[in-house]
Amino acid sequence: MWPQINRVASIFFIHSLARAGIPPYLGALMSSIIHLDQLEKVYRSAEEPVYAVRSVTLDIQQGEFVAIMGTSGSGKSTLMNILGCLDRPTGGSYQLDGVEVSSLSRNQLSDLRNRKIGFIFQNFNLLSRTTALENVELPMLYRRSAMSRREQRDKAMKMLDLVGIGKRAYHTPNQLSGGQQQRVAIARALINDPVLLLADESTGNLDTRTSIEILGIFQRLNDAGITIVMVTHENDVAQYARRIIVMRDGRIRSDTPVTQRLNAEEELKNLPAVDAA
Amino acid sequence: MRFFTTLFTAFRALRRNKMRSLLTALGIIIGVAAVIAMVGIGNGAKKQVEDQVASMGDNVIMVFSGSSSRGGMHGGSGSAGTLTIDDANAIAREVPTVEAVTPEVEGSTRISYGNQNWSTRLNGVSADYFKVRSWTFSQGTPFEERDVSAVAKVALIGRTVSTQLFGSDEEALGKTVRIKHVPFTIIGVLGPKGASFFGRDQDDTIVIPYTSAMKRLLGIKTIPRITLSVERGKSLAPVQQQITELLLQRHNIANERDADFSVRTQEEMARMATATSSIMTTLLGFVASISLIVGGIGIMNIMLVSVTERTREIGIRLAIGARGSDILLQFLIEAITLSLLGGMIGVALAFGVAELVREFTEMPVLITAGPVMYSFGFSAAVGILFGFYPARKAASVDPIEALRYE
Ligand SMILES: Nc1ncnc2c1ncn2[C@@H]1O[C@H](COP(=O)(O)OP(=O)(O)OP(=O)(O)O)[C@@H](O)[C@H]1O
Ligand SMILES: [Mg+2]
Repeated sequence: MWPQINRVASIFFIHSLARAGIPPYLGALMSSIIHLDQLEKVYRSAEEPVYAVRSVTLDIQQGEFVAIMGTSGSGKSTLMNILGCLDRPTGGSYQLDGVEVSSLSRNQLSDLRNRKIGFIFQNFNLLSRTTALENVELPMLYRRSAMSRREQRDKAMKMLDLVGIGKRAYHTPNQLSGGQQQRVAIARALINDPVLLLADESTGNLDTRTSIEILGIFQRLNDAGITIVMVTHENDVAQYARRIIVMRDGRIRSDTPVTQRLNAEEELKNLPAVDAA
Repeated sequence: MRFFTTLFTAFRALRRNKMRSLLTALGIIIGVAAVIAMVGIGNGAKKQVEDQVASMGDNVIMVFSGSSSRGGMHGGSGSAGTLTIDDANAIAREVPTVEAVTPEVEGSTRISYGNQNWSTRLNGVSADYFKVRSWTFSQGTPFEERDVSAVAKVALIGRTVSTQLFGSDEEALGKTVRIKHVPFTIIGVLGPKGASFFGRDQDDTIVIPYTSAMKRLLGIKTIPRITLSVERGKSLAPVQQQITELLLQRHNIANERDADFSVRTQEEMARMATATSSIMTTLLGFVASISLIVGGIGIMNIMLVSVTERTREIGIRLAIGARGSDILLQFLIEAITLSLLGGMIGVALAFGVAELVREFTEMPVLITAGPVMYSFGFSAAVGILFGFYPARKAASVDPIEALRYE
């Protein structure tokens, strides 16, 4: 399974480079996928304005794997929503893959979410009473492309195989375990070849083994060149990334590379046999 | 491509909630069925009148005593009028192209045979009457001028009367019935004619010479109505005019506006009758249209509930890149599909109702393409109109709020 991920993922990677008009061999030297300058998000709905994100300046390069940590209410989800083009900042600038996002219209944001971003949620957010396969196809249906229904179906099927759940293609979410649902969600996030994968506490609802399996998928995708930003509360989980950003009160408190990076494949081997059963 | 995907998505959402979809569409179903059935019944009535005019002949003129402004159209049944037998004779004598003339006196009466009774309409007429009204005969023959002169106690009865008193037309022939204790011999039974365009059963009648009716039963000297027919192919307007002038002269009236009678062609009367039923049809159609609007509000209501219920679904779709317009289209198509589906079932239901009405009542129902298309188009319009607000509400949902929605 892993070599296959590598192969498919590197194809995505090369595609995204081609889209950006940059030759693949320059990939390693690439400019920022995410460029935040003095980013701010203030909620003014309450009596007192809530400064959820204040003056965040940050660069994330192509191919990075970043974990964002921080106490509850420190603004992680708010930041992720902005990165995911689900929300607009109230100040500062956000450039995604060279495009200034803060000034885009609602429809343009929709298109960006569709083409450039794969979002993975803590609670999976799959359409209920809709098969895994159809859930994965969904982003393609909203993409204005000339792909035939057959091609779409084939691609979705391949993607499900890739995350190791091809056998459950015709199951609906309520017939799947949490880990299986999250795999479907990852397949859905990847289906339109995004340049950026965002995961907000996407292992938060899963047991240790399943979490590590999901993190393994992330690591392989990342090894193949996909940029990943994930939010987590658990220090263990963050150690699978390459870089850790800690937030507090809407600001970045620290930004450090991971020194002793964990490898999901090895960790899985070390797990006690009881857990595996 | 995207349109068909959206269409498919909308269909699926409706299929998932079959019962709810059906109940939601029920308002439209009933509305459409009501419009079509109501207008169908109205048009059926109109058609019947037209058919009757055609069958009666378009060559009949009626003269009523009393001015038209005083509502003399029907004539007071049995009441003293301003017309006389001499007037009728004068018309027959002096107006050219008049083919046959009959005075008509009317009254309701009770006739008895043995220990049986039946209330019916008494018609006193001349021998020409049967020609004027193109009656056919199921049994026997009509009376003749000589019976009229002789104030004969002879009668013809309609199908309804013969059925009620004797069971069959054959049985009735030659029997003697009593009208106010005066015995009349039945010399014939009239062929069936059905309901008139005023809704009266034309076969519920007993016809006797007008002389017998006036002298023996009603005791009146004037007649409420004169009916006449004009030779085929001759135009009625000049005849109408000549009759008017003749009667004005005979009644010593200078100004036509003061006339104590009115002259109407069969066609004019039919037009009056259909005018009423046209108004009724329009009114019924209008009331039924209101139920379509109510049906539309029902759709809007359920769609609003559905949008709220599916907030999370909307959030997911938006998060993976659906545009507001995709969501709008999805919900709009759902609403339109509901109303069109309701429309289709409604049309089918209307045809069913029409069949039932034909089966169990005498009312004719005429379903034409017009109301079917109108109500179908109307239900589509209702779907768009009342589907738009919920759909727009769905489309303007904030993705983050929606994803957080429990
Ligand atoms: N819609 C909103 N209106 C007002 N305040 C909000 C809104 N959304 C978030 N906030 C506030 O913004 C701040 C940051 O919230 P956010 O959800 O980003 O925190 P978080 O770091 O993701 O926390 P957690 O780890 O619990 O998920 C919090 O104080 C929260 O109350
Ligand atoms: Mg959060």
